[in-house]
Amino acid sequence: MAEVLLKIEGIHKRFGGLHALNNVALHINKGEIYGLIGPNGAGKTTLFNVLTGLYTPDEGQFTFDGIDLFRAPPHIVVSGGIARTFQNIRLFHEMTALENVMVGRHIRSKANALGAVLRTKSVRQEEAAIEAKAWELLRYVGIEDVAYERARNLSYGHQRRLEIARALATEPKLLALDEPAAGMNPSETEGLKALMEKIRNDGVTVLLIEHDVKLMMGLCDRIAVLDYGKKIAEGVPEVVRKDPKVIEAYLGAAHS
Amino acid sequence: MTSNKKLGTFLASAIVLAVLPFVVSGTLGNAWVRTIDFALLYVMLALGLNIVVGFAGLLDLGFIAFYAVGAYTFALLGSPHFGIHLPFYITIPLGAGFAALFGILLGTPVLKLKGDYLAIVTLGFGEIVRIFMNNLNAPINITNGPQGINLVDPIQFAGFSLGKVTQIGSFTLNPVHLYYYMFLALTVLVVIMVSRLQHSRIGRAWVAMREDYIAASAMGLNIRNIKLLAFALGALSGGVAGGLFAAFQGFISPESFSLLESIMILAMVVLGGMGHIPGVILGAVVLTIAPEILRDVIGPLQMHTFGRMIVDPENARMLLFGLAMVVMMLTRPEGMWPSKRRQAEFDDAKKG
Repeated sequence: MAEVLLKIEGIHKRFGGLHALNNVALHINKGEIYGLIGPNGAGKTTLFNVLTGLYTPDEGQFTFDGIDLFRAPPHIVVSGGIARTFQNIRLFHEMTALENVMVGRHIRSKANALGAVLRTKSVRQEEAAIEAKAWELLRYVGIEDVAYERARNLSYGHQRRLEIARALATEPKLLALDEPAAGMNPSETEGLKALMEKIRNDGVTVLLIEHDVKLMMGLCDRIAVLDYGKKIAEGVPEVVRKDPKVIEAYLGAAHS
Repeated sequence: MTSNKKLGTFLASAIVLAVLPFVVSGTLGNAWVRTIDFALLYVMLALGLNIVVGFAGLLDLGFIAFYAVGAYTFALLGSPHFGIHLPFYITIPLGAGFAALFGILLGTPVLKLKGDYLAIVTLGFGEIVRIFMNNLNAPINITNGPQGINLVDPIQFAGFSLGKVTQIGSFTLNPVHLYYYMFLALTVLVVIMVSRLQHSRIGRAWVAMREDYIAASAMGLNIRNIKLLAFALGALSGGVAGGLFAAFQGFISPESFSLLESIMILAMVVLGGMGHIPGVILGAVVLTIAPEILRDVIGPLQMHTFGRMIVDPENARMLLFGLAMVVMMLTRPEGMWPSKRRQAEFDDAKKG
């Protein structure tokens, strides 16, 4: 039996009259790549925002690696071990690639204002360690040659990779990627797939939202399907693919 | 830059700064040394505000309140008003501490506010502090109201006072000279403080928050703490400058802490180059000295060319000053000496 890393139950999220998440329950096992698919507006990104603390759910339960994260603010979620990227890349555009990743180290470092002003030995060592780790991560995702470029000037594919490096800098147990392959060409997508597999093999569980169903089927261990805020299917890709409810949600009732 | 060249620049600027007050008092007179002393106070204030506005991106229009808190702390604890005469090495840190506390007091209710809304609330805060100082003379006389506090102790230690003319050998040191070195030393400390903060984990967090606070919080930054820290540390250097101002002037009243002062300090930060320490220093120096030059030039110039005063020099000074600001913002909105990062931002904006 695989070890459960993240577990939510009975999650509800309403925006006024819109019931964006309706009684959603799912669990993610340690070490898997877990996919989240569904038509546009199904609530994937809302669920993502709930899981990363940007939205507070109205009801439900949310535990992660033995800690209760229900309604926890983002910085608690991140220090608990969940890191994310954004559908519409949100880098710190005027900072260099290296600085972006260094910001990711914030939560795993602890120099306070006084220490920073006095520049004590431990603060200097920590700062050097932050920079070394940032370089390591840039190499890991393969963009160390643009370390001193401002994030704004990076190519689209590099920006995606930089966002992943920045998220990895927080030392997550679960890396949540919101449509990382959106707008990528096939060869970039292949490279990204290899990177995600590498991340998983290095012991980080991956949660993935993606529209590219082919990519998801080949990559994910398990998939959940959302439609109108409800989970309509969950399981290994081969089973989910044949589920009549999933086919209906994607193609309409006539095809089922 | 090689380390030799760096050392050379450092020594050269140290020598220039050391002899500056004597050169100025020898050529232009002591009044100008006084202006330079004020320029140093404004450098401290502008660097403090720069933490809030330049680094953290929080528009603060009430920054002068922290200057007032520092000044009043110093004056109340070192003047005949209460008959308390604590030494400056207690009152200045205490004033800085109180100012930081006020920074947190202001910061807490405005945590969720941004942009214009934040500006309005901070503007109100600045005015509230000034109005309190103006009215806290009844029922119990704490601040002495609009009359202000007189005979504030000068900075003094071990029988040596910065407020008296001092003779060292054949050198005559006026108070304006003595205060100059005191202010310079503290300005250097403030510069070291802010530049070390900027290149630390905390400085990066401020910039990250300014650029995209959602992404920053998703990276685990505790936005609340980072904002409060910016307000507190900015206020801290404002409080230090306030204490020095009270000692230097020997007299303070609520009039010195008007909205116009807040706006001047903000103008120094923006005109110099938001977020860039050398730029902000330049902005503070230029905006302190330029109006004084205009004051000296406008009157005689009008007398010379028209034979009489057409525009009151004081009004003309503000008119020219306003005009200069408008021209500057139209032609060089990034400031006189922006950081590379900010220059790039503006270049991107121009390109569209």
